[in-house]
Amino acid sequence: MIQYIVLLPLLAAAIAGLGNKALGKLPAKIVTTGALFIACALSWATFIPFLLGHAEATVTPLFTWIESGSFDAQWALRVDTMTAVMLVVITSVSSLVHLYSWGYMDEEPDQPRFFAYLSLFTFAMLMLVTANNLLQMFFGWEGVGLASYLLIGFWFRKPSANAAAIKAFVVNRVGDLGFMMGIFGTYLVFNTISIPEILAAAPSMAGSTIGFLGHRFDTMTVLCLLLFVGAMGKSAQLGLHTWLPDAMEGPTPVSALIHAATMVTAGVFMVCRLSPMFEVSPTALTVVTYVGAATCLFAATVGTVQTDIKRVIAYSTCSQLGYMFFAAGVGAYGAAMFHLFTHAFFKALLFLGAGSVIHAMHHEQDMRYYGGLRKSIPITFWTMTLGTLAITGVGLPIIGVGFAGFYSKDGILEAAYAAGGAGTGAFIVGVFAALLTSFYSWRLVFLTFFGKPRWTQSEHIQHALHDAHGHDDHAHAAHDHGHGHDDHHAHDAGDGTGGYHPHESPLVMLIPLLVLSLGAVFAGFVFHDQFIGPEGGIEFWKGALAFNSHLMHEAHMVPTWVKFSPFTVMLTGLVIAWLAYIKNTDWPRRFVATFGGLYQFLLNKWYFDELYNFLFVKPAFAIGRFFWKFGDVGFIDRFGPNGLAALVVQGNKITRRLQSGYLYTYALVMLIGLAAAATWAMTR
Amino acid sequence: MDGFPILSLMMAVPMAGAIACLFSGANNARWIALIATLVDFVLGIVLWMNFDQGGLQWQFQEYAPIFGRFAWALGIDGIALMLIALTVFLMPICIGASWNAINKRVGEYMAAFLFMEVLMIGVFTAQDLYLFYIMFEAGLIPMYLIIGIWGGADRIYASYKFFLYTLLGSVLMLIAMMWMVHEAGSTAIPVLMAYNFDPQIQTWLFLAFFASFAVKMPMWPVHTWLPDAHVQAPTAGSVILAGVLLKMGGYGFIRFSLPMFPEASAQLAPMVWGLSMVAVVYTSLVALVQSDMKKLIAYSSVAHMAIVTIGLFAFNQAGIEGAMMVMLGHGLVSGALFLCVGVIYDRLHTREIARYGGLSINMPKYAVLFLLFTMASVGLPGTSNFVGEFLSLMGIYQVSTWAALICTTGIILGAAYMLYLYRRICYGDQVNADAAAMPDLTGREIWLLAPITAAVLWMGVYPESFLAPMRSDIRALEARLAPAAPAGDSNIKMGAPKPTGEAHHEEASAHGEAH
Repeated sequence: MIQYIVLLPLLAAAIAGLGNKALGKLPAKIVTTGALFIACALSWATFIPFLLGHAEATVTPLFTWIESGSFDAQWALRVDTMTAVMLVVITSVSSLVHLYSWGYMDEEPDQPRFFAYLSLFTFAMLMLVTANNLLQMFFGWEGVGLASYLLIGFWFRKPSANAAAIKAFVVNRVGDLGFMMGIFGTYLVFNTISIPEILAAAPSMAGSTIGFLGHRFDTMTVLCLLLFVGAMGKSAQLGLHTWLPDAMEGPTPVSALIHAATMVTAGVFMVCRLSPMFEVSPTALTVVTYVGAATCLFAATVGTVQTDIKRVIAYSTCSQLGYMFFAAGVGAYGAAMFHLFTHAFFKALLFLGAGSVIHAMHHEQDMRYYGGLRKSIPITFWTMTLGTLAITGVGLPIIGVGFAGFYSKDGILEAAYAAGGAGTGAFIVGVFAALLTSFYSWRLVFLTFFGKPRWTQSEHIQHALHDAHGHDDHAHAAHDHGHGHDDHHAHDAGDGTGGYHPHESPLVMLIPLLVLSLGAVFAGFVFHDQFIGPEGGIEFWKGALAFNSHLMHEAHMVPTWVKFSPFTVMLTGLVIAWLAYIKNTDWPRRFVATFGGLYQFLLNKWYFDELYNFLFVKPAFAIGRFFWKFGDVGFIDRFGPNGLAALVVQGNKITRRLQSGYLYTYALVMLIGLAAAATWAMTR
Repeated sequence: MDGFPILSLMMAVPMAGAIACLFSGANNARWIALIATLVDFVLGIVLWMNFDQGGLQWQFQEYAPIFGRFAWALGIDGIALMLIALTVFLMPICIGASWNAINKRVGEYMAAFLFMEVLMIGVFTAQDLYLFYIMFEAGLIPMYLIIGIWGGADRIYASYKFFLYTLLGSVLMLIAMMWMVHEAGSTAIPVLMAYNFDPQIQTWLFLAFFASFAVKMPMWPVHTWLPDAHVQAPTAGSVILAGVLLKMGGYGFIRFSLPMFPEASAQLAPMVWGLSMVAVVYTSLVALVQSDMKKLIAYSSVAHMAIVTIGLFAFNQAGIEGAMMVMLGHGLVSGALFLCVGVIYDRLHTREIARYGGLSINMPKYAVLFLLFTMASVGLPGTSNFVGEFLSLMGIYQVSTWAALICTTGIILGAAYMLYLYRRICYGDQVNADAAAMPDLTGREIWLLAPITAAVLWMGVYPESFLAPMRSDIRALEARLAPAAPAGDSNIKMGAPKPTGEAHHEEASAHGEAH
């Protein structure tokens, strides 16, 4: 069965991609979406036995990939609890995103290519999660990177999309450098790259040391940190996060599938999959905790000031990934996977909801030009509200009933508190980030759906009103967003709408929203015992990750104030957002006036892009030019072949003078030669 | 197959074709060349089918004394078989690529190519040291002519530079060969491969061979002939240059330097690592700033060839097998990339990257294939280059983590310059009207690129087909090198065994404070 789940999307991608225009839009859509829905049904059929606790891990070998000496990498499909969870997440979100794209990409002329890329992505992601060895995981890892590159740059006429696509690929490659080095090191230490064999052998390496770059380190710390660098790249953790916000250049369904629900969680998946390895190195786990907490805080702060609706959600994703990492760092892998699971549903929901808003607002993405949309697009409004309730973790701490994020996020925070040590710091950061999460999430809802319409200033809305025929141009969205909004004189009808009437999205877009809403509401309630219950977890995970029952038990026993703190900050964030964006709408302006420096710092994303540009991008080009002009041309060629040529020319000039053609010159030379020869012969 | 001189036949077919081409009109010459190379390709398949994997090391041996010790001695092992397969696979594609692009002195051009094929097969099959030398050096002549006669505007400078560089090393190599034959009393390569030269002398012999192979490779800093040669050469010339001629250097290392001078190889390995590390970073950065498509790909070739040398001098099976796979993969991929450049060069007659843009719009098929080869060049898993790069780098990691780290940065830099190239050519808007008017791939062009596509994917998904024939030969080489191979710098030291009764959860809950 697993073969069909994995290979159907590949087959569909090949048909749609190679058939392309010859095949036509509708067949391409039917083939890819159909394949995904079948894969989704089969995935749930695989998952349910695991949920009920009567399925065992299986490995389906396919054929040999790379064999070299003792190195042996097979193509094989592994199914255990972790894989089953990921199968459900990937195929469910992917199939819904496929369906959603029928509506969202309706005006797009290049649809077969789009759907082929989506299915190709799904295939690569499935290869990643079914990997039984590190190399196949790396195959999937790079495959999703390729699909991400192609989809971010889907609107390839747009320079910003191309730049974002390259940035995503190259920054991810920095992480891949770590991943590859990690694989090399793992093979060196364990003489195998088979994941189960490594995990079995890892504890025996505790306390050993290894030489690396001329120094000696703890073996497992080196390996885990190298692999973690890979995870940081894919999951956009602080330092390697810069590509994720830019990736929003891609079509919105792509952001929902790849840059929220699935691909970016691959790093978390990897750490959980290799959790028995990480368990051997406390140092590595501490690093994971700190990096996760730092990312969680950083992204949440930046998210509070962004005005592009997709960028807010992108930073939110980055922040939530931070939660997952520090959960893994404190040893609560079950909680990390649980948040991954619930996050996939509510974040995909928020992105697709945002897409529905963007669709209604004629490709306007700036929330400053939204407002009052809840009446025009009610279903989008209600589903996004459910998503927001889920991400902010709304629930009742004493009774223990709430939306999906309530179970998973609170589980993480409680586990962090219970773990102590680095976990305490992570707990404090996590609670503060939860406050920010609540603030920026409600800010998004209030700016978009509440208040008075502010549509007239939007360039996109202006376009829509001015040329009702111009739909073809907009389909490409080939505008630079955010320029010259003020140039347009609004012929305001007095209500801020400018006479524009947003329409609710078609049914194909609303169905995915409704289905994902179910996940956002119920995923926590239904599954929390299996994922993070102290007893349920053992039976559910069956050793697929290093489930720490003791820690989860402790997490349930934390003091009441700990259980209430996420609830309190959630309410605080909601109240601040309500005060600032509904009650006193001049507060944000006054904040900017008072804390201009802080605002600029956050608005410019802590100046990471500027820093990297200064440190890496510009020097790379400058050094390249220097090596070329002064190294190759100025030195090697000058003193190499060209110098040799010059030498020959010079030598020729000298010898030419000797060959004057005058007989007496030659006679003189002959005479000198003879005399020299005679002298030599006589004296020896 | 017993006793049938198939190797000689594979050299005789293109030789006869070359002579026939010299005396034919343009169109006949094209057909003769195509048929001759296709026949050779079929013979290559026959050769592979009859090759006994894991059997005798040397197969299909032929021996005919000429004078003195000098003999027409041929024979192949798995390594040579793979390189011969690469050669006969690329040759018909080269002829096809020249079909319309070359229209002056067609007969001579085709003859030069066929003669080149004879010499390349000769290099990979020769079992006599002097026969190898003749083939190895004579290979210069047709390439020199191809660049010098059918090349671009600056062809004379390029061909002269090419000749000067590659000849320089050969003189030293010849002297070393004469000494070796005198010392060992045999010109047979298999004999010499097992002969233990005095380690003191080995160093000098190694350096003499190194001078020749390093230029052919090319290694930094003797690489500057390659960009010029590629830029000026006609498309098919670039394909064969990048595809096969560069592999002669790697073949030289694997056939001569490593097995004949193992001690010297180990002793001088740090030098090779150093040069390779510099090459990866240096030429990748240079590739980033190129504005000429062919120059960019040429510089990327130097970086890829550095992965070959780093793998070879890892002295272990993974490294050497990886190096061979990089050679095969790079032969296909860089050949295909040069063909891709040729496709648009034929339409617009410029190699300036800025003159293109937005080709995905008017040349979608081209954009797909170019993307595939770009990704293969970047080393995406599932394509040929990944297998080789991964194994090479894994091999060197066992010996030197520094070398592994620096060389692995090639995957970042490679992605940067290749995607930047692809973006400027295929993405963006159509800014140049003439580039926007270019028609998509013709049937002929698809037929040139499709076989390479299939081979690249095959090699990436099931490299076992290509690794299996070489396995026993590389294992033998590893065994030969084992006594001299340098120790790795990883050097694991086990810690004190832990008390076994420790409960898992205590360990986990304690790791907050444990350090």
